[in-house]
Amino acid sequence: MEATLPLLILVLPLLMFLFLGLFGKYLSHKWSGIIGTLGMGVTMVIAYYTAYTYFFSGDFVDAAGNRLQYVVFDQQWLSLWGDLSINLGFLLDPISALMLVVVTTISFMVHLYSNGYMRDHHGVYETGFQRFYAFLSLFSFSMLGLVVATNIFQMYIFWELVGASSYLLIGFYYTKPSAVSASKKAFIVTRFADLGFLIGILVLSYCTETFNFMSMTSSSVGEGLYHVDVTSAEGVKTMIESRAGQMFLGGSIMTWALVLIFMGGMGKSAMMPLHIWLPDAMEGPTPVSALIHAATMVVAGVYLVARLFPLFMVNELAGGAALDIVTVVGALTAAYAAIVACTQVDIKRVLAFSTISQIAFMMVSLGVSRGDVGENLGYMASMFHLFTHAMFKALLFLGAGALIHAVSSNDYTAMHGLRKHMPITHITFLIGCLAIAGIIPFSGFFSKDEILASCFGNSMVAYVWMSLVAGLTAFYMFRLYYLIFWWKEHKVHEGHHAPKDQPWTMTLPLIILGVVAIFCGLVPFSEMVTWNGHPHHAHINWTVASVSLAVSIVAIGIATLMYRKENSLPAKMRSLFPRLWQGAHHRFYFDELYMFITHKIIFNSICKPIAWFDRHIIDGTMDAFAAITNKASYAIRGLQSGNAQSYVWVYLLGALVLGGGTVAIIFLFF
Amino acid sequence: MLDLLNNFQLNSLMFLIPSLFMFCCGVYGFLTRRNMIAMLISLELMLNSVDMNFVVFNRFLCPGEMEGMFFTLFAIAIAAAETAVAIAIIINAYRIAKDIDVKDLTKMKF
Repeated sequence: MEATLPLLILVLPLLMFLFLGLFGKYLSHKWSGIIGTLGMGVTMVIAYYTAYTYFFSGDFVDAAGNRLQYVVFDQQWLSLWGDLSINLGFLLDPISALMLVVVTTISFMVHLYSNGYMRDHHGVYETGFQRFYAFLSLFSFSMLGLVVATNIFQMYIFWELVGASSYLLIGFYYTKPSAVSASKKAFIVTRFADLGFLIGILVLSYCTETFNFMSMTSSSVGEGLYHVDVTSAEGVKTMIESRAGQMFLGGSIMTWALVLIFMGGMGKSAMMPLHIWLPDAMEGPTPVSALIHAATMVVAGVYLVARLFPLFMVNELAGGAALDIVTVVGALTAAYAAIVACTQVDIKRVLAFSTISQIAFMMVSLGVSRGDVGENLGYMASMFHLFTHAMFKALLFLGAGALIHAVSSNDYTAMHGLRKHMPITHITFLIGCLAIAGIIPFSGFFSKDEILASCFGNSMVAYVWMSLVAGLTAFYMFRLYYLIFWWKEHKVHEGHHAPKDQPWTMTLPLIILGVVAIFCGLVPFSEMVTWNGHPHHAHINWTVASVSLAVSIVAIGIATLMYRKENSLPAKMRSLFPRLWQGAHHRFYFDELYMFITHKIIFNSICKPIAWFDRHIIDGTMDAFAAITNKASYAIRGLQSGNAQSYVWVYLLGALVLGGGTVAIIFLFF
Repeated sequence: MLDLLNNFQLNSLMFLIPSLFMFCCGVYGFLTRRNMIAMLISLELMLNSVDMNFVVFNRFLCPGEMEGMFFTLFAIAIAAAETAVAIAIIINAYRIAKDIDVKDLTKMKF
């Protein structure tokens, strides 16, 4: 494949960012929107073409039919000592091709949608409209650079870039204090997690002596890492005794490296306990939430684990706990977020917690992925769910955006009974809800079924746990759906227009994504994306599928009973478990806990002593220098009398002393 | 008497002693006079005595050479320019202070 076209995928959004960022203010609002959208559209077409070529041209499979990793280009960017260098490149393999499609599709939809969303009801554009498009392009560039990274350092660079563009977009309404603090929170929390990521990279590259993904995870697993054949018993033994297998604080070096890297993924993917930034990130404009905080950036953590999955596999074979940690963190987060989502009032926050829960599903799926369960079915299921989730969650967020735009409020209490007023939004939102609830034949059914099947194959506990969470998912989504579109008749206040469907720029993406959300589950995913590129046929496990279907339908039934019409059941339920409800409503006090830890413990015990040291010891030393100089100069300033003749006296006496001294020395010694 | 005049030999001390006297007068004047014009005149005295020294040493130590003479000519020219500058400064000082007593011009301190 020529390197030019894939290169364009990265260059176009970057150019768009520079163009709109530098010259946007000279363009009209309308044209900057159109140019940004067109730029992204072209990028999308190229990405589609690239992915199509990769999957279907047949050039990228070996003789056995396995899909190959293909480096389109790989340029040295920074040369360190020895052989060590950092490259920037473009790696094409099943998951990066998949992500190219996901990122560009969602990004294009959001670009299109924002043309309508970033205006008020009279069609007047918001201030900073061009800036918004510039930042969207910057984000697209960074995310695309992340997914095609050829080495872990490139990934880290773009990882930070998506963090920065997320920060810029969350804080888009920078005059609003809540948006500013939300953007800071997101940046600091993910930055903290990235510290772990960076240390993990250093440890990992120390073990593997490379940054390059392909040499780290070469096709015969473990060869790149340990230089041994891990399929044999001796191989495993050598592996455990190797450098990466050395024990440190109860885990091998390798396990530590992977756990630290996973910590970076936890930050970006909002896994507990680093999830606190994501609900607050909803302060950004809704299209941004759809693009960054639902479909693309937050799955970067999943993508990272998937990218390094062969290493996790080797670690598992060597008896390390990295994959189990991924599973446990994912499972806890999934349940936590699902429970909290049942009690939130702000519809974007419900969707945010739902996103956290769904990403946790993907994490669990990677965590339970083992060779003995349908040839690492979990890996495929995770990527499949990433794909379908991106589509239906973007759909739900864009639908929520349309609702918020129509009623100018984030609370469902201001919505109720909108189904007659906004039929297109209603239908597409319902499609999204059905997809996420996992109802056949919507896309979520297929991917969630694969996840549950791989949990089932791995452990009964994980399976039951995740099935219950899937039931909760169906419940809270339909609770939201009914509270928005049913519950009671919508009251139109005096002097307000009745809410109605939004302009075509906003409804068209909804319709497209709605259609995609119905049908994208039919993609023969297991033949395209597997952990080692070996295609296989995945069958729907009907035992698992029928159970999960039943659970979902029961959950939807309960939601219908409770929320379809206005009644006192929800209030009764709430008073039945007041503690649980209160706790969930306050997100189980995680923010308060963080506030306590940071403000009370860290500030008092670390920051204050450091501040004292800085102020008194470091500043004090410098101040002392200044004070001594000052005092000395005050003491001798009388010499500068300003009287010219006194200077002459001093000069004369000095000259006489010198001259006389010289003469005396000559007479005395010569 | 004529005989005495005919046998008269010029001697470098004959020039150096008056020159030293001139220089000391200059120093004394520069240190004791309060009027800036007078100080300038004293300064010129010192300069001229130094110029004389140049000429005398040139004449008596290396008669074939001309460096000392030329140096003196340059010094005179520079001294003339310097005097012009000094007078300009004095006039400006007078405009500001209405006075050219050096004791009163002590703004440039600390």
